[in-house]
Amino acid sequence: MKPIYLDNNATTPCDPAVVEAMLPFFTEQFGNASSIHSFGNQVGVAIKKARAQIQALLGAEHDSEIIFTSGGTESDNTAILSALKAQPDRNQIITTVVEHPAVLAFCDRLEKEGYVVHKLRVDGRGRLDMDAYRELLTDRVAIVSVMWANNETGTIFQVEEMAEYAHARGIQFHTDAVQAVGKLPIDLKRTKIDMLSLSGHKLHAPKGIGVLYLRRGTRFRALLHGGQQERSRRPGTENAPGIIALGKAAELAMQHMETENTDVRFLRDKLEKGILARVPRAFPNGDLHCRLPNTSNIAFEFVEGEGILLLLNKLGIAASSGSACTSGSLEPSHVMRAMGIPYTAAHGSIRFSLSRYNTLDEIERVIEAVPPIIAQLRKISPYWNESGPVEDPDKLFQPAYA
Amino acid sequence: MWDYTEKVKEHFFNPRNAGPLDQANAVGDVGSIQCGDALRLMLDVDPETEIIRDARFQTFGCGSAIASSSALTEIVKGKTLDEALKVSNQDIAAFLDGLPPEKMHCSVMGREALQAAIANYRGEAWKDDHEEGELICKCYAIDSALIERVVRENGLTTLEQVTHFTKAGGACASCHEKIEDVLISIVAARCEAGAIEAAPAAAAPAPIDTVAAEKPRMTNLQRMRKIEEIIESVRPMLQNDHGDIEIVDIVGKNIYVNLKGACMGCALEAATLGAIQQKLFEELGEYVRLLPASQLEMAR
Repeated sequence: MKPIYLDNNATTPCDPAVVEAMLPFFTEQFGNASSIHSFGNQVGVAIKKARAQIQALLGAEHDSEIIFTSGGTESDNTAILSALKAQPDRNQIITTVVEHPAVLAFCDRLEKEGYVVHKLRVDGRGRLDMDAYRELLTDRVAIVSVMWANNETGTIFQVEEMAEYAHARGIQFHTDAVQAVGKLPIDLKRTKIDMLSLSGHKLHAPKGIGVLYLRRGTRFRALLHGGQQERSRRPGTENAPGIIALGKAAELAMQHMETENTDVRFLRDKLEKGILARVPRAFPNGDLHCRLPNTSNIAFEFVEGEGILLLLNKLGIAASSGSACTSGSLEPSHVMRAMGIPYTAAHGSIRFSLSRYNTLDEIERVIEAVPPIIAQLRKISPYWNESGPVEDPDKLFQPAYA
Repeated sequence: MWDYTEKVKEHFFNPRNAGPLDQANAVGDVGSIQCGDALRLMLDVDPETEIIRDARFQTFGCGSAIASSSALTEIVKGKTLDEALKVSNQDIAAFLDGLPPEKMHCSVMGREALQAAIANYRGEAWKDDHEEGELICKCYAIDSALIERVVRENGLTTLEQVTHFTKAGGACASCHEKIEDVLISIVAARCEAGAIEAAPAAAAPAPIDTVAAEKPRMTNLQRMRKIEEIIESVRPMLQNDHGDIEIVDIVGKNIYVNLKGACMGCALEAATLGAIQQKLFEELGEYVRLLPASQLEMAR
C-alpha cells in the first residue's frame, strides 16, 4: 500500500513541475550567472525570472528585495546578526520561547556574547501577550524576530501588527515565515516587516535554497563576504538550479494557495475530528482559531510519542513528534513545555502536517490506524488500566526528588 | 529516527510478557512520567527456590524502553533472585544486539526496576541511589550516586556518555558542570588507584590545580587585567537581570567588588559572588576570594 506522508512541516516532496524546471540548469544551462558569455547570461535571465516569481508570492515592492540564501537557518541568522551589526548602539533582541532553533539557538549564542535577549512567553494555546511585547520595545532593541507561524502547532502570530509597533520605535522587524509562505497570503509591501525568511523545501522546492527578504532602505550587514552576487549581500556563486526551482515553486504556491485553505484545511479538520472522536483522552494543541490550514498537533495522554511514530511508520504513515529538528532531544518539545502542556500529554504529542498531495482516502486510513495504536500502547502503560488512566499518575512513579 | 537493531524492533513491535501479572509477589516501579520513561516490573518468585517463574512489565516510554523491558523479562525468567541481581544494563543492551548510545538509559532503567522488584520481594525498602547522593540533574531527578555507579560500571568518560546512559544533563544543561565534577572525581580516584594512566583521564576536564600548575606566572599587571577581563565577561549576564558588578580593589588573593542594581541586596547575592569567584578561580588558575567592597574597610 502506498505510504502516507503527513510530515510536510518537516519537509515537502518536490513538485514534479519544479524538478522539470530545474533539471536543465544542471546539464544544459550550467553557466555561471556572473559570466559575460551566453552560457552565463541565460542563467542570469532565469534567475531574474525566479526572483520575480518570489517577489510576486511575497508581495514585495522590488525584486531587489529578494536575496537568495541556502535556506531558513541562514536567512534567520543573517537577519538577526545584520540588525545587531548595523545598529551598534542597540544591543537587545526580542523573540519568543517557541521559535525554531535557527532563531533560538542563535539568540542563545548571541546572549553569551553579551547581547540581551528577551523571549516572549506564550499561553496554553501558544499565543503571545501583545501588552508584554509592547513593554519590551525600547530604543535599546535592535531587532524583533518572531515566527509567522509555529512549526509544531501551526499557531499564527500577528506579525504584521507586531511589525507596526516595532517600526514606531525604530526597531527592525524580522519574521521567520518558513511555515507560512505558500500557505498564507502574504503582501509585504503593505506591512512594516523589514526582513522575512523562507525555505524552499517547505513549499515543494528542493532543500538547500532559501530567501531573505530585505525591505529596501533597511540597514544591512552581510553575513558572508566575497563576491558581488546578490549585490554583495549574499556572495557566493548562485545555486542556479535551486533558485529556478524555488521560483517555479513560488509560482505554483500562488496557484494552489486557495487549495491550502479549502481542500487541505478540510482534510486536516477531518483527520483531527476523526481521531479525537475515536481516541479518549486526546486533545489538539495550539490556537485552533488561528493556525496554519495544514497542521494538526494532537496530544495523546499517557503514551509516548516515539512509540506512536514507530507503529505508524510500520503501517506506512509518516508523522512527527515535536519538531523534527529536535528529535534527538530527550526533552518533550520546547513548544509544548512553553505552552504548559502537562507531561502526561507533552510526551505523546504528535504533529500531522498535510499538503496538497494528500487525499481523502489517505486521511481515512490514518483515522482508522491511530486509535488501535494508542490503545495498544496504553495497554502496556503503567499509567493506564482497563477503565482509563490510573487514579493519580503523577504519584504512581513520583521520583524521589521531583 | 533512531538506528534500532532488528532485535530492538522485534521486541518493540512484539513485546514479550507485556501487561499486568496478577500473581506477582515482587514489584519494582522506576521512572516517572516527567522523565518520559516509567517501568513497572512484576515477578512471580517461587518462595522455596527463589526462582523467577514468571516476569511481566508495563512500560511508558519510547521504543527502546519497551524493548528493554521486554528483554529484561526474558532474561530474568528462570533465574534465581541472586542470579538476577547480577544482570547488568549491558546484559539488557547486549540481549537486544545493542541500543543507540542515546538510549542506553532505557537499559539502566530496566536494571533499576529489577533491583527494586527483588528488594520488594525480600521485604527490604529498596534503597535506590536517589537517597544516597547529591541531586545533580533536577530535570530528571538523577543524583550523584546513580551517575557514579553508571560511570564506573560502564567505564564512561564524557558528559555526553553520562547523558546517554542516565539522561542526566539531557534537558536544561544547568547540571553539566556538576556531572563533569563527578567524572573528574572518579577519573582522579581511578588514577590514584593505578587503574588508569593519568593522561587518558583528559576525556574529562583537567582538575583546576593541574591547570594552575601548568600556567606560567602572570605579572601583577597581567593578573589585574585578566581579573578585569573575567569580570567584564560576566557583566552582560548580570545586566540581563538588571544588575551589574564593578571592581573596587584587588588586595592579594582578595578581590573586592560592588554588586549594583538588582544584584545588590538580592537574596542570591552570595550565590552570585560564589559563581563569579568560581569563574575567576578557573580562569586565573589560582585561588582567589571575591568579597563585597564593604569588607574592604574592615580589612583595612
